[in-house]
Amino acid sequence: MGRLGLRLATGSVLAFLYIPLVIIFLFAFNADRGQSWPIRSYTVRWFGDALANGDVRDALLLSVEAALGATAISLLLGSLAALAVHRFRFFGRETISFALVLPLALPGIVTGMALNATINTAGIGFGLVTIIVGHATFCIVVVYNNILARLRRTSSSIEEASLDLGATTWQTFRYVTLPVLRTAILAGALLAFALSFDEVIVTTFTAGTDETLPIWILNHLRQPNQRPIVNVVAVAVIVLSAVPVYLSQRLSASDAGGLSG
Amino acid sequence: MLYRHRWLQVLLLLAPPTGWFLVVYLGSLSVLFLSAFWLLDPLTSAVVHTFSLRNFQILLGDPTYRTIVLRTVGIAAAVTLTDALLAFPIAFYMARVAGPHARSLLFMAVLLPLWSSYLVRVYAWRVMLQPHGPVESFLSAIGLPNVEIGYSDVSMWIVFSYIWLPYMILPLYAGLERIPRSLLEASQDLGGRGGITLRRVILPLALPALAAGSIFTFALTLGDYITPTLISNSQFIGNVVYDSQGVANNIPFAAAFAIVPVVIMAGYLLIARRLGAFEAL
Amino acid sequence: MIKGRITAAVAVISLVLVACSGGTTPSTGGSGALRSGAPIGSGSGGPGTNLPTAIGPGEGSLNIIIWAGYAEDGSNKKEYDWVHPFEQKTGCKVNSKPANTSDEMVTLMRQGGGSVYDGVSASGDATRRLIANGDVAEINPQLIPDWNDVAPFLQSPPHNTVGGKHYGVSHGWGGNELMWRTDVVKTAPTSWDVVFDPAKAAAYKGKLTAYDSPIYIADAALYLKAHRPDLGITDPYELTQPQFDAAVALLTEQRPNIGKYWAAYADEIDNFKSGATVVGTTWPYQVNVLKGENVPVQATVPSEGMTGWADTWMMSAHAKHPNCMYQWMAWMVTPQVQAQVAESFGEAPANPKACALLDKGVGPYAVKNFCTEYRVNDQSFYNQISFWKTPLADCGDSRGQACIDYSVWTQKWTAIKG
Repeated sequence: MGRLGLRLATGSVLAFLYIPLVIIFLFAFNADRGQSWPIRSYTVRWFGDALANGDVRDALLLSVEAALGATAISLLLGSLAALAVHRFRFFGRETISFALVLPLALPGIVTGMALNATINTAGIGFGLVTIIVGHATFCIVVVYNNILARLRRTSSSIEEASLDLGATTWQTFRYVTLPVLRTAILAGALLAFALSFDEVIVTTFTAGTDETLPIWILNHLRQPNQRPIVNVVAVAVIVLSAVPVYLSQRLSASDAGGLSG
Repeated sequence: MLYRHRWLQVLLLLAPPTGWFLVVYLGSLSVLFLSAFWLLDPLTSAVVHTFSLRNFQILLGDPTYRTIVLRTVGIAAAVTLTDALLAFPIAFYMARVAGPHARSLLFMAVLLPLWSSYLVRVYAWRVMLQPHGPVESFLSAIGLPNVEIGYSDVSMWIVFSYIWLPYMILPLYAGLERIPRSLLEASQDLGGRGGITLRRVILPLALPALAAGSIFTFALTLGDYITPTLISNSQFIGNVVYDSQGVANNIPFAAAFAIVPVVIMAGYLLIARRLGAFEAL
Repeated sequence: MIKGRITAAVAVISLVLVACSGGTTPSTGGSGALRSGAPIGSGSGGPGTNLPTAIGPGEGSLNIIIWAGYAEDGSNKKEYDWVHPFEQKTGCKVNSKPANTSDEMVTLMRQGGGSVYDGVSASGDATRRLIANGDVAEINPQLIPDWNDVAPFLQSPPHNTVGGKHYGVSHGWGGNELMWRTDVVKTAPTSWDVVFDPAKAAAYKGKLTAYDSPIYIADAALYLKAHRPDLGITDPYELTQPQFDAAVALLTEQRPNIGKYWAAYADEIDNFKSGATVVGTTWPYQVNVLKGENVPVQATVPSEGMTGWADTWMMSAHAKHPNCMYQWMAWMVTPQVQAQVAESFGEAPANPKACALLDKGVGPYAVKNFCTEYRVNDQSFYNQISFWKTPLADCGDSRGQACIDYSVWTQKWTAIKG
């Protein structure tokens, strides 16, 4: 394929990725409540309505809380598993990568139903905690992968040097290992946050009556008169997500690897 | 010091993640799959805890479920193939052609759709594909015949390919970027023209990354039920499972059918691991 | 640098901890006033034993499962808002979850051991399942001030009153009508044959719609009851094997003509608006919404009759907010609210006192003689509707256990859709 062909193909794929987003943008300014095409007149009044909508604010807050919680747990468990797998040889080591990827690779509906059945059987109340548990389960692997990939590319000699020079295990971890892992941890955290923030399927089974932002969208997408506000919320999410996307890009610029960097 | 407490360290590091995995995930899965052997009371639609293989008999005896499994796997495979084809040129351009500035812009451009709401993007397609919608006006504007795609498997294929495309581009980009320039130059020096270098050098080296990306595109399509509901008029495995559980409250039957995608994915992951996908995730 | 990062991490984690501790504590059970009821299905005691005698103070919130349109808060049409006035009056914040089918309602009512949702607007095919499984509580009609104004045939109907025990308050009733787009379907249909007769349905191939629920098999059975007398169908919910097979065959034949089944009412609205589907079964609610948006649609009761629903507000036996639920049940059956629901949804109100407000034609849809048109007091019309009920193996007549139960309906529905 010539260079021109490559450019054309890249441009077409980009157009394919962005045309639906443009449509969402246009409909957010559609004066008509319906979603008929072509759009006849434009307005900004849905933005005011969305801002004034308390349910949207609550849902956004819940989503952020859930994503932070799931990210925190994934960071902890994912880095522990990655350190163990990288440092030591032990029975079952090979299965760990395989096992951890299962919650992400198996259908969300299976994970969701399984957690729902357990929550119902155990008589635990649905809410933020159950949402976080569900999200953390499939977020662990992205942190694990990012950190493990970094560990594999890092020479273990600097840790040995640190120990030889009399540093304790903790000091070595704190001042040698951790700084090396810094960007990998952040990249993993960003990805975990993103996965949690947009998750619908598992959440429908673990949230009870609570609404995260995607669940709010799901519930209101199918109510014709609420759709303008849904479009506004979607536009807001796209605009706000530029920040973490930019961060991911900075991280990946420092070294490539993993799904987001 | 470090060596003496080796086992203790392994245990300390591993106990929290494996404990979580065993209790929360495998524990829940066992609760679910155990119920596949139970039945539903027809009057109260409450679960009756008596061992039975009836759910499996129904699944095997009715050709409907075979059709649904084949449709789901077929579309997941088509989506994976489409995404691989669409992702390759852009990933290659990003990794090997674009300058640093263009590369970071492209990287962000691919990542951004991943961060915007999945549901709203699917819905945007529904609006685009509706009769007299943007796709129709576009087709007639460029002089193509007016095909009504409507609620069909074709629309599902388009929308799934769209939704999961970034999941293919990103690992592929990372994989292509890792190929040492010297290898490509060596191939060219030895007389390998563009096509041969691509087939004999680049593709084999990019295979782990392709396999890694395909895990996402295949798994996410295979397990979805929301896009089929919104975009098509046919059923996926997920729709039957969801309707059995979330609608008919027939958890036993839902659990029995849910075993199918789990087995398919387990097989897929084993193959992907052989291709080195897990190092490229 | 490092210090900054650690601080940030600590901040994030403590934020999470705060969020965890703040957001999840479920409100503890209701006040004692409503906790004295005898356990459902315990068999001890006749009706009314151990029922609450007064409604206690509200718990501050209420989670209900509804049919779309049963809890309007003014966001769809600002004239229709009976949620905000209720919240102001009682201090119970209403959180409503629209369900698409009766089956979904039953499933949702059982979430979290029945404690997630406080109540439901269940139709007759869900009510008996909920009662039989002990999911809903017996209620004390004396705590519902407007109880005695409810139409007599809806005070103790078999679908919500068992053994003299009332398991809820009737809400309203209506039927599944036939809707079409007048710009596409030029001659107004008078029979369901436009969707079931292959010769006639072929004219709208790929543009038909149908309700996405196993209970829709009864609509086919109702059609066959009129057009295939040889099958001897007496009740579309009590079908023997040959009758059931004929209904399934009819629906399988219909399948290629279906452009899109509708499960969510809003899908039908979308598809009639865009023209993706142009004829099929509907709730009156969609007709009202579409007409409100100037989409050219009409609806009718076809000659074969129709399936329908008679809905009841029921309270979960494990409700966390029982006082709010009692207040909601009482609120929903007042003439003012009944008039608003009836007009906005398009159904007969359970409380005919609503007619005094409705018949003036003053609401947004300005339907004159509403109660005559919807035959609110006409029990014979009520008796003609084939109300949704759960198909059981027991035919309920001399045929004995020869009928097809609902689990088979569910399976066959999956097979019909393919």
